[in-house]
Amino acid sequence: MPNLNPPVNALDHILGAPNATIELVEYGDFQCPYCREAFYIVKQLQERFADRLRFVFRNFPLQEAHEFAMDAALAAEAAARQDRFWDMHDAIYNRQPELNEALLLRLAADMELDLRQFADDMDSPKLLSRVEADFESGVRSGVNGTPTFYLNGKRYNGDYRVLSSFLEE
Amino acid sequence: MLQKGDIAPDFTLSSTPEKTVTLSELKGKNVILAFYPADWSPVCSDQMALYNEMLKYFEKYNAVLLGISVDGAWCHAAFAKARQLHFDLLADFEPKGAVSQLYGVYENGVSQRALFVIDSQGVIQWSYLSPIGQNPGADGILAALENIKN
Repeated sequence: MPNLNPPVNALDHILGAPNATIELVEYGDFQCPYCREAFYIVKQLQERFADRLRFVFRNFPLQEAHEFAMDAALAAEAAARQDRFWDMHDAIYNRQPELNEALLLRLAADMELDLRQFADDMDSPKLLSRVEADFESGVRSGVNGTPTFYLNGKRYNGDYRVLSSFLEE
Repeated sequence: MLQKGDIAPDFTLSSTPEKTVTLSELKGKNVILAFYPADWSPVCSDQMALYNEMLKYFEKYNAVLLGISVDGAWCHAAFAKARQLHFDLLADFEPKGAVSQLYGVYENGVSQRALFVIDSQGVIQWSYLSPIGQNPGADGILAALENIKN
């Protein structure tokens, strides 16, 4: 079974306690409807498992299939530069049906980000290569579609809708 | 199913109603053959959609990707257009499944979900048969291409 490569590290966006017993990593695409469905499921998991779970999100934008997937990934990374990655992550999934370039700017404005900085970061080659590095790590880890989840470093091949009962076991 | 070290059998198949692709004409490049059961499987977890995103990574390894199924050239054309695929899908359509059979991956009327990585000399360097319902991803392909490079 494919393993997460590289393992979770300081560069990742991590939510939850460092000593959590369950480490859940998602490779996701902000424009993928299944990822949106999984987003709400992960929210439930976070409530249910609280301190026992830590969640990590890595970008896997399917650019050819989803016109705004790359921009959305860059927007989340640009928000991360202002310490608001998870706010942007949540806002994009919540409003995914309206996703386009204008929405991303509107979300940044609503979050009262420094908009000039945000726009510069969205265009920064550094952020682009960060997203591409996420993508490449996903391919090496055996991501075969979005969303793909890893539980404590191993690919989870089951249905994400039943992750909760799987984690309970 | 053909294995590492076997010579990749040559073939010519249609990629569109007007165009054919011949394997031996790709000598000098590494070739990835991705046999798959059918066009039009669900979108976000679709194997061909994933490979479509990976073409630039394959190019880094001087590799060309060819998808192969028993669907006809018109079906491939519609599928490629709908999914914006930027690589050739070959129609193993007439006689049905003949090339899939040559590679040992034809069963129940469809190509199996099988991958071959062929080096620039036309020798198979890696092959993999995936459970038909499971998208094999691309980690194995990249590892094989890396081995060839080294």
